[in-house]
Amino acid sequence: MTQLMTTRSMTLAEKIIARAAGLDAVTPGEIVTCAVDLAMMHDSSGPRRAGKMLDELGVPIWDKDKLVVITDHYTNEPDPGSIAIQEHARQWVEEKKLPHFIAEEGICHVVLPEFGHLKPGMFCVGADSHSTTGGAFGAFMIGVGATEMAGVLATGEIWVRVPETLRLEVSGTLGDGVAAKDIILKLCGDIGIMGANYMVVEYAGEAVRAMNVDERMTLTNMAAELGAKTGIIAPDSTTAEWLAATGAPGTANVDTGAWQGDADASVARVIDMDAGLLAPQVAAPSNPENAADVSEHAGTAIGQAYIGACTGAKLEDLRMAARIVGGRKTAAGTRFFVAPASNRILGAAAADGTLKTLEDAGAVILPTGCGGCIGLGPARLDEDMTGISSTNRNFVGRAGPVSSRLYLASAYSVAAAAVTGEITDPRELL
Amino acid sequence: MSIPEGRAWVYGDNIDTDQLAPIKSYKNMEAEEGCKFCLEPLDPDFAGAVEEGDIFVAGNNMGIGSSREQAPLHLKLLGIRAVLAKSFARIFYRNTLNFGLPALICADVDRINPGDRLRVDALKGTVENLSTGETLHCEPLPDHLMEMINAGGLMQHLRKKLKRED
Repeated sequence: MTQLMTTRSMTLAEKIIARAAGLDAVTPGEIVTCAVDLAMMHDSSGPRRAGKMLDELGVPIWDKDKLVVITDHYTNEPDPGSIAIQEHARQWVEEKKLPHFIAEEGICHVVLPEFGHLKPGMFCVGADSHSTTGGAFGAFMIGVGATEMAGVLATGEIWVRVPETLRLEVSGTLGDGVAAKDIILKLCGDIGIMGANYMVVEYAGEAVRAMNVDERMTLTNMAAELGAKTGIIAPDSTTAEWLAATGAPGTANVDTGAWQGDADASVARVIDMDAGLLAPQVAAPSNPENAADVSEHAGTAIGQAYIGACTGAKLEDLRMAARIVGGRKTAAGTRFFVAPASNRILGAAAADGTLKTLEDAGAVILPTGCGGCIGLGPARLDEDMTGISSTNRNFVGRAGPVSSRLYLASAYSVAAAAVTGEITDPRELL
Repeated sequence: MSIPEGRAWVYGDNIDTDQLAPIKSYKNMEAEEGCKFCLEPLDPDFAGAVEEGDIFVAGNNMGIGSSREQAPLHLKLLGIRAVLAKSFARIFYRNTLNFGLPALICADVDRINPGDRLRVDALKGTVENLSTGETLHCEPLPDHLMEMINAGGLMQHLRKKLKRED
């Protein structure tokens, strides 16, 4: 992908949209049609819904090489419904002779970059709301519904309204026991779950630059919980090294310099946050915007602690949890589940001892997949149960029955609750 | 397109997709069946009582959450013919329009009472409240979206477009 030659100053997101729309420049508010570089869909939104609609339309997939199908939603349940969904996805992919099918390897937003499909400067769509995660790689990636995806599969195009930019500048250094999840929960609490509605959230500042890719993904993932169209982080050597380490074709030397926003590009809003002043955050039931310092909820009894989902079960999250629970035991009366976000993460956690530390503390390791976050599998909350999890949403009835209550927090804080049986400031256990 | 007229179902802010389409309503179920669970956590009577032509009215951030399009599809299958809100969550907004169901941004929804009889003209961007005699104004939809809604939704629109290109 070549960089644009233009005189108008633009943000990174605007540059990517302009390139995909075949224009020299774009302005927020403008409606443009973009050519899609990559489309991703999973077993819930994909073959059984978008695929079915495409077939009813009777046209071929615009470019099979640009479509990735990943199964992650209904992968671990032995019930006939889940098995039928998996079987249908497999058959559809086989029938279409799709080159990129990733079955039961992990959660789509984590697996997609692991397999080398995302690179800086790409314009991507995913049939899942947390497709915003892809912005951690300097790509512009938006979530869409299944019908919208069927339209992309048929035409290779999608209309977008060029979003205004909200830039979060995080200065300073995060304290020990404080993580990217605390930054994003704090932002949810400060501006609310529609605080960035229709906008793109650009994460910048020295604390973001200092983060590894796993942590950056937590920030872009939860741009969805701000109502944003997506989140994005300018790519740098950290991005390039992570991509190269995947070993996937075309990831060895990605061009990060070409995909940077102009320093003088105008943005709609800038929010400054000092990482050094940030305390661990906990979002109370049943909205991510109910975020507050962990001290406000300390002592709340917890029946289940869950490290899982695209948001909170990357290798870095598992390591955070292991640091807390190492040498300790899960509290009596609290169950502790860990569902790594992908099989590669599971492998890496097994190799470096993280997994053993978690298991020794009493964590039950679950197979990878969306599972508990969407109220499926063993980590589904029981009736009247209060849980804490490293996931992204705690809406009523999502992770369990309507009577259950869910707090959201970082992997540090979830692990702290697992061993104490109540909401606890993880810094006390480090 | 026809101008829907029906009763107003009025709710508040942040009506999320886990309420409009709880997981049990779409995992192993077609939407025709699943729509019976629409809004169950918030208002268990809604799905059974809503009638063809009714209008869904919400506050800010209507449809926040997942990309699952069963959320607007359930509303459509139950008979809802327009969704009015102070603001929409973006994926829900697109999903709703993609089904040919008008999603209209209306700053004055607070002036609508539950059960009011409404007539919604998406083209003109007006909501006539037949119960109060008031006319409210909505933000007009961009032309390309109005064209899609007139076709009946994205799939119908594409079908027409692809036929023209043949």
